[in-house]
Amino acid sequence: MERLMQMLSDYNVLAAFWTTIQLTVYGAIGALVLGTIVAVMRVSPVAVFSRAAALWTNVILYTPLTLIAFFFAFGVLIKMNIRLLPEPPATLLDQHFAMGVVAIAVYHSSLVAEALRSGINTVPLGQAEAARALGLGFGQSLREVILPQAFRGAIAPLGSTLIALCKNTTVVATISVTEAAALMKSMIEFYSDLIVPIFVIMVTGFVILTLPLGMFFTWWSKRAAVLR
Amino acid sequence: MTRSTTWALAASAAAFALTLSACGGSAAAPGTDTTAGGDAAPSGPIRIGIKYDQPGLGLQEGTNFTGFDVEVATYVAGELGYPEDQIEFIQAPSPQRETMLEGDQVDLIFATYSITDTRKERISFAGPYFIAGQDLLVRADDTSITGPETLTGKRLCSVAGSTPAENVKKEHPDVELIEYDTYSLCVSALDSGAVDALTTDNVILAGYAAQPQWEGKFRVVGNPFSTERYGVGVPKGETERCEAVNAALEKMIEDGAWQTALDETVGRSGFEPDDRNPPSVDEDCA
Repeated sequence: MERLMQMLSDYNVLAAFWTTIQLTVYGAIGALVLGTIVAVMRVSPVAVFSRAAALWTNVILYTPLTLIAFFFAFGVLIKMNIRLLPEPPATLLDQHFAMGVVAIAVYHSSLVAEALRSGINTVPLGQAEAARALGLGFGQSLREVILPQAFRGAIAPLGSTLIALCKNTTVVATISVTEAAALMKSMIEFYSDLIVPIFVIMVTGFVILTLPLGMFFTWWSKRAAVLR
Repeated sequence: MTRSTTWALAASAAAFALTLSACGGSAAAPGTDTTAGGDAAPSGPIRIGIKYDQPGLGLQEGTNFTGFDVEVATYVAGELGYPEDQIEFIQAPSPQRETMLEGDQVDLIFATYSITDTRKERISFAGPYFIAGQDLLVRADDTSITGPETLTGKRLCSVAGSTPAENVKKEHPDVELIEYDTYSLCVSALDSGAVDALTTDNVILAGYAAQPQWEGKFRVVGNPFSTERYGVGVPKGETERCEAVNAALEKMIEDGAWQTALDETVGRSGFEPDDRNPPSVDEDCA
């Protein structure tokens, strides 16, 4: 017990989970924006757009996140020396954090795009035809008729994607972002006798983050579902 | 279910099983074919945990293993009565070493394994067979870094969750520490100029500097600022085997095989161990 308190005073578990939360929030916003663009391109009548979106989705979806994170940290940041944040005040560690967010956003954009596409497919064809009959163009009918219904139908899969994203943030521990998984590695190195408590702390942390998310999205998807 | 989907399912299940067995194969395969000629050895091969990814110390190259740890392990196994074809090397990643010994997955571990009191609560140590110290690796033309106190404002790289990284965090909080998951990534970042120095035990740094692709590009500063006593991990309570390992290590240092092994591995980078080596083998196998 004494060693456990010692460990908790040596390592700031809350700060590490705060980094996890930041990665989740920024990554999710990026993934949602990027994924929506890709989904819209995917269903657009312009062949170039829909093929480019299909290629993006399929390439990203079948590439491991580890590899994408590695590409952004080493390919883009270290080798090509592209910095996303103004330096100073940003440090090299901040640049790694930014690349971690980009990697998470890019990877999950493919999942968001697929979730949205499934949402779009739940909207009956008649809705699009009615919109067209009213004289709405592609953009207008998408914005006013299709997407609002598609998002409501896609809430459940988007929720699962967000939970997966939260857990996947652990991958960026490999590119110098000190979030929960990186902290766990440090704690195991110096307190290997406390490996079970460390495991319990980490599992509890992630359950606290993801379980309410899951419950909220289940509730929301039922509430928002378009009854047909 | 139609006939064709049944076949497709069976095929994908088979493919999945193949993938699984391919993953596990590297560790399990070497031990299975040694049963026939095993009459000389005391019941089966000896299982030795080593690093697979540490150039100069324990490195897998195809089906061969090279490095100082591997040389010492082979010598000690020979003294214990296991010829080379009776040794089964198993990968022992740092965070799993104690667990592997406790779970009887390996008999001995030679894997840059620092002797610490925390670890001694779970396992026993023989040795030490090398005294390393935390040091810095810098670009060969960089003379501004002479030790940890000259790192202020510099970017330092190490492996996330490793002892050297934590030491730096505690003692030099003003240094910007980049933590990747392997040292080879740090070496690559050092080469491209993104970081200014790389820190871990001097002998490990020397192993990277000795790799053919980096030859002449880096140098070890040579100002070790910690003491890491590398020991042989033995399951707790196996005092007899532990003492036999100690005797083998002493013999190896005495008859010069230790020096030869060192010269032929990490020594090729021009690295010379400090005067704490060769160490006196003084662990009591408790």
